[in-house]
Formats: sequence, structure tokens, C-alpha cells
Amino acid sequence: MASSTTRVKTSDEKPAGDQAEQASRGHAPRPAGPDGGSRFQNSLRDAAMAAFLVAVLGFFFIGLRTDIAPGGLDIKARWTAWIVSILVVFGGRLALNLFVFKAERPVTVGLGAQISAVGDALPGLGKWLVRALLAFALVLPFFFMTAFPGKERQYIDLAILIMTYIMLGWGLNIVVGLAGLLDLGYVAFYAVGAYSFALLAQYFDFGFWMALPLAGLLAAFWGIILGFPVLRLRGDYLAIVTLAFGEIIRIVLLNWYQFTNGPDGISGIPKPTLFGLEFSRGDDGFAAFFGLDYSPIHRFIYLYYIILVLALITNVVTIRLRKLPIGRAWEALREDEIACRSLGINTRNTKLTAFAIGAMFGGFAGSFFATRQGFISPESFTFIESAMILAIVVLGGLGSQIGVVVASVAMIGGIEMLRNLGFLSQIFGSGFDPVQYRMLIFGLAMVLIMVWKPRGLVSTREPTAVLKEKKLIDAEAVAQGEGH
Amino acid sequence: MRAAAETLLSVRGVETYYGKIIALRGVDLEVSRGEIVTMIGANGAGKSTLMMTICGDPKPRNGQILYDGADITAMPTHEIMRLGIAQSPEGRRIFPRMTVMENLQMGASLVDPSYFEDDLKRVSELFPRLKERLHQRGGTLSGGEQQMLAIARALMGRPKLLLLDEPSLGLAPLIVKQIFETIRELNENEGLTVFLVEQNAFHALKLAHRGYVMVNGNITMSGTGAELLKREEVRAAYLEGGRH
Repeated sequence: MASSTTRVKTSDEKPAGDQAEQASRGHAPRPAGPDGGSRFQNSLRDAAMAAFLVAVLGFFFIGLRTDIAPGGLDIKARWTAWIVSILVVFGGRLALNLFVFKAERPVTVGLGAQISAVGDALPGLGKWLVRALLAFALVLPFFFMTAFPGKERQYIDLAILIMTYIMLGWGLNIVVGLAGLLDLGYVAFYAVGAYSFALLAQYFDFGFWMALPLAGLLAAFWGIILGFPVLRLRGDYLAIVTLAFGEIIRIVLLNWYQFTNGPDGISGIPKPTLFGLEFSRGDDGFAAFFGLDYSPIHRFIYLYYIILVLALITNVVTIRLRKLPIGRAWEALREDEIACRSLGINTRNTKLTAFAIGAMFGGFAGSFFATRQGFISPESFTFIESAMILAIVVLGGLGSQIGVVVASVAMIGGIEMLRNLGFLSQIFGSGFDPVQYRMLIFGLAMVLIMVWKPRGLVSTREPTAVLKEKKLIDAEAVAQGEGH
Repeated sequence: MRAAAETLLSVRGVETYYGKIIALRGVDLEVSRGEIVTMIGANGAGKSTLMMTICGDPKPRNGQILYDGADITAMPTHEIMRLGIAQSPEGRRIFPRMTVMENLQMGASLVDPSYFEDDLKRVSELFPRLKERLHQRGGTLSGGEQQMLAIARALMGRPKLLLLDEPSLGLAPLIVKQIFETIRELNENEGLTVFLVEQNAFHALKLAHRGYVMVNGNITMSGTGAELLKREEVRAAYLEGGRH
């Protein structure tokens, strides 16, 4: 039943290189099923099996529902929902069978190749894309103010949010993308940065600009603290420990009530100033100083430019570091740790610097987050944040800077877009809120990207050293981490 | 052609364990400056373990390793490598997603960057194939080219002692011949000291000045390459047996 078709599918859709090759030499027609039945019959039978499975599984999960009733629980049957889900699966499976799994020319083959082609063209196209994006980022607040008057505040706020994730993605990219150390607890450094600033402001009256370098330093320090015990770990084991570390930081923040104010969080975190000018209505505010009419949007624009500059610093530093011996050592470490050691690389220091520098940028972003929100609590630093940042890095393509931008815009922007799909509730009934389904859509998007671009949106690695002209050989087919 | 017999590397009574399992049972070995010394033996004899022990990972439980008069037994790997030992590890272990050029840069990480251009030229002359593929990713090279890259990468560190772990593994006979020829040239022209671990006993013994035979973590025979080639036991165990 379902299992046989799934196996066929995975075996020829795994490597992207194969896929492109397949597409180029034309797809050979698939043999008919072993029992000699026609394709349509097979598809129908398969879809019926899938529908049957849904009927069995969904009987309890969808068909029956417990409700609170006077004197205990009451079982309510929801047969319409049950039947609808069976029909949806039947139809969906049948369509997939006819057009993808058992089709002579599956639609996905062409599609996959097209998507690959777009991704592979990126490096060539990349330079212009990067310039265009940068130019757009520089004028973005003014663009929104002229293009969407009345809505600019919402859009600039969204741009700030996306930019924060871009910065976090670039910071994590150093650890995961370059050094190959899978860090599931990156949000811990974000939290350290945010709380450093909040506490410095609360106890010592520090302003944003004074606290920013300290927050970065403290986060880097915690990066090293985390780095030491996990030096000998790699892959899955490292991931588990970093995951635990992220949770430890959050739980400490939650329970150290006297110091961090626990779950109540810290409020009244000062806003950033421009050389001492506050963005307030008063006579000594920014607007009065420059003779402008006061508008709250000024502060948003200012915040946007702060995070833009911070993110660009992260990016420039990363690009520079990649060309220096330390950055090259990170990448070599990702490829083969034993070879690194046999070349005289001090792997301990190399890993620690990766952790520290990655954490430092997380700390910067954290203190920006604190100043933007004005209020922080441990709620903001849950595992889902780490997962989100990691997803941005992985979907963008490990080690790719522009990939992080594309993935952040798509994911963070995409989730926000869902809030504007109010018309859907007219189709699915008034109780339908698309935001509720964002994780589902998110997961679906990830599955699709991993099927078509298993190494991320931008999977070609730009070499850092060239002698004369660049001659790049496509490495899609090169096994990752295999030295031979 | 052989320099005066001044000892560069000496391994004394080294015992290495993996947990409770003993891998080296008191190995004694000497490599003089300007020599090619080979260590032959069957699978699992402990050849690679010896190579790794010299490099400091794993550390020997007993015994001593001296390099250039200094005790390196307890030193961490990266510091041992700083003393002028370079290793081309088993299975080549090049960096597959980095270009040939970047691989070579990694090999030169311990050396003053001003030497880079000259050294690059030198290894390109030794391995012209690599020069053609300078901007190709390491993983896209053929097996022989990868082996050349591994050796070239090791040479970029300007070593005094080159450790080679099975450079002939999985390569076509013609490529093996080329690589061994290059090793001989390096030794003759530049006086590079080479310690070679090999299963390909015939070629290794023909190349080497001296050889050791390792069985089960013990050194059972030693002598000049030519002597060992003539010995009945060696022929039976490693030559005729392996050439059916």
C-alpha cells in the first residue's frame, strides 16, 4: 500500500544533483504496477487505502471529541469533520498519485529542476540581488511612508522584526553554518543580551549605547562558558547539550525572582537616544531639536536604522572573518575535525571563538530587542525562538549570508502575512483564524524546501580564495562531510 | 644521498590502549633525518594507531616519543604539528566543500603567510594535476587527486618530517607509482624525512631505506627495504599472499 509508493518517491528524489540530471535526460516512463493493473486503478486503490487509514485513525482523533458537560465529560461526535477529512485525504492522495508518484512525467521533476535552477543562478545573480536588497533596506522606512501612508508604522515594525531575525540568523550562521556546531540553544545568548541591558538599566541606569557593548561581551562570555563543556561533542550530542543550555538560562531567569523579577519580567527599559536626544514630545526631544513636528514614527525609523546597522556589522564581520585564517579554520572544522588537528589547528580555541563571536552578535540583538520592546520576560526566550532562528539558517542554506535574508523575509514576513488573510474566514467559517495554522504552513514550507532544495535555498558555497579568475565547479553532488 | 644518521624521531616502548584493548605492545622505532622509513603490516596490526600516537591522539599509556631531542609524548596534537611534523592522515581527509586552494591554505596555517606563493608554486610543480584544479572543490577530485592534495596540503606546512598513512589506499597502480615517485623526489632533492605506513608492502619496501614489520601491535622484523623484501616471512605474508 502506501509504503511501496513512498519508497519509490524518496529513492529518486533525495539528491538534488540526481534530480537535475534526471530532468535533463528526460524522465523515463515508470513501469506499471507488478499486478499489471492500470495506473489509474493503482492510484485509486492507493488513495482508498490512505482514506481508510484516515478513517481508522481519525475516528478517535477527529470523529469523537470530549466536551465538558455538567457532571463530567461528554462525548460529542463530529461526523461531518471526519468525513470531510477522509475525502480530503482521498482526493489529495489520488491527485498526488496521478500527477506525482505514479505519473509518467511527474510535475515535481520539472518544478524541482526549475527551483534548483533559480537557486544555482543565485551566485551569478547574487551580486545584483544583494545590491538591490541593500539599497531597498536603506530607504525602506521612507518607501513605506510614501507608499503606505497610515500603515507605515506597522510595516516598519515588521521590518525591524525581520531585521532582528536576519541579525540573529547571521550570528547563528557563524556557529552552525561556518563552524558546523549545531546549536539549538542560541536563544540563550539573545536572552543574556536582553537581560544584561535590562538589568544594567534597572540597577545602574545604563543607557542603550553604553549597555550594548557590555551585553555583547557578557553574551560572548556565556558563549565560552557553554563552549567549554561541549568541546568534545559533535552533532546530535552537541545539539542536546546546547538545547539544555538554552532552557537552563530561561529557567534561571524565571526562578531567580529577587534579581530578574522572574516571570513578571522587567519593564521600563529605556529607549535608545541619538547622542543624548530622546525621541519624545518634549522641548529637548529629537523632533524639537531638528525643528520637525513630533511624530512617534521617528523612533521607529531610528530603531530600524539601529538594527540595520547592527545587522550589517554582523554581516561584514562574518564576511571578513571568513577570509581570515580563523574563518577558514571554522569551515575546515565543519568539514573534518581530525584533519584540522593534524594540520596543527587548535580545535579548542577555534570552537570557542566561534561560540563566543556567534554569541556576541546574539547578545547585541538581545539588547536591541530589550530596548525595542521596553519590556522583557523569560516568555520571549523559549525554545521555539531557537528553532526559528535555526530554521532560518538551515532553510537559507548553511553558511550562506543572502540565504538567511531570504529565509527571514519569507518566514517572519510570511507569518505576519497570515494575519492579513481575513477573507479566508469567510470561506472556512468565522472561527477560522489563519494565524492558528501558521505552524502547519511553516512545517509544510520546510518539507517542500527540504524535498526540492535539501541543502537550503542557497546551497552553493562561495570560495574565499581565488588565484586568477573564479572557476566554480558545481558541488551539489559532493557528499557533505565525506573526505573520500 | 642519505644524510648522516642523526635521529629525528624515536619511539621507545610505546604502549597504546583503546579502553581496555591494547593496540601497541611496546613499539620501538627510529627515524633518522633524511630517511624514508616504512612500516608494513596487515589490517589491524596497529600501524595507523602508531601514526596517530606519534601525533598525540590517542596518547600512549607507557613509553616515550622523542622528536628532534624533545619529548612530545604528552603534547597536544596541534602543538606537535607546530614542531615541523606534517601528516597526511588515513583516508586522506581533505576538506570536501572547500576548494583545492583553500585546502592548501589550511595546510599552510602554521607557516608565515609570505611563504604561501612560493610553496603553492612548489606543490603545483610536484603535482601539476592540482594546479589545473586549484578552484575546484576538494570533494570533486578523483581519489588519486585527493591523495595528491592530502600530501600537498601536508607539504604546505613546510614539515621536517612527513607522516603518510596509506597513501596508496584505493588507488590505481599507475597513480600509486606516481605518488611514490614524488615521495622519492622530495626525499632526494629536499632531504625530507618520511615515515610511511603502508599495506602495499612491495612498493613501500622498494621505496624505503629501512622498514619495520608490525604484527598485532608488535614490531617483529626490521631492516633495510631490500633486506626485508628478500626475507621469506615477509614474502609469504605480505607479497605472494597479497598478489594472487
